[in-house]
Amino acid sequence: MTGFSIGEQVRVRRGDPPGHIRTPYYARGKEGTVERICGCFRNPEELAYGRLDGSMETLYRVRFNQRALWPDYRGQSTDTVDIEIFEHWLEQV
Amino acid sequence: MSEHHDHAPPPDVDGPLTYHQKLAQALEILLVEKGVFSANEMRTAIEELDARDPADGAKLVARAWMDGDFKALLLSDTKSAAAEFGIDTGDVNIVVMENTPAIHNLIVCTLCSCYPRTLIGLPPDWYKSQNYRRRAVREPRAVIAEFGTVIPDDVEVRVHDSTADLRYMVLPMRPDGSDGMDEEALAALVTRDCLVGVTNPTVP
Repeated sequence: MTGFSIGEQVRVRRGDPPGHIRTPYYARGKEGTVERICGCFRNPEELAYGRLDGSMETLYRVRFNQRALWPDYRGQSTDTVDIEIFEHWLEQV
Repeated sequence: MSEHHDHAPPPDVDGPLTYHQKLAQALEILLVEKGVFSANEMRTAIEELDARDPADGAKLVARAWMDGDFKALLLSDTKSAAAEFGIDTGDVNIVVMENTPAIHNLIVCTLCSCYPRTLIGLPPDWYKSQNYRRRAVREPRAVIAEFGTVIPDDVEVRVHDSTADLRYMVLPMRPDGSDGMDEEALAALVTRDCLVGVTNPTVP
């Protein structure tokens, strides 16, 4: 069971916890759409500190419209960025 | 993980080792001393990675241009497609993104330098630069234009930020004027930069 489904609108948490985080700052607090569910992987926030048998987390690819990331984006309105984001960084819209 | 291939300082550079160079060398020595792996095993692993070549990715692209079934396999199961050429992509999940008349794909890793190394080798220095990593997601059209390619306004630019466990390679479009070329000649048109998406293949 995964928490989000393909096509669902999601928001990236706006947190700023310490440690090794693989959710880029520029996506935090932004809304996008689940493009695909990549499967389950070890949480990099635990792996980075040597916990090799830590929790498995569902990884999503979330598609963001460029204008949602950068309001002053100068390319076309259809341009997008796809970012891999773990489930605990996503919340329902 | 980003810089571990810079395992030795460049030759003929005087001056003290940097903090991270010392750290990397200490770690290397400890891992060998503790028997986690031997120095020869480490050397072999580096040699295998250094031997990976963008030409391997180019072969897959050329076959995909010639063979629709192979293209479908490349897009759905890159590992199996690479295995048909004897290329082992290892445990890494590589996903191929197809350029179409409506979509142009660009690959970046804004956090470090994630790259489909097991398929096309080590990334170029510019790929690891902060300039590219910052701007590829912020003004991709300007970045691609600096590499000499202008993406038309009616084409969507789709950037892929390799932030976690997937790695990406672009399947570019077969260029005009390549009709009648054989697979080997087609592969020669596909450069490393085409596989990252900063340019498109052309017929010289």
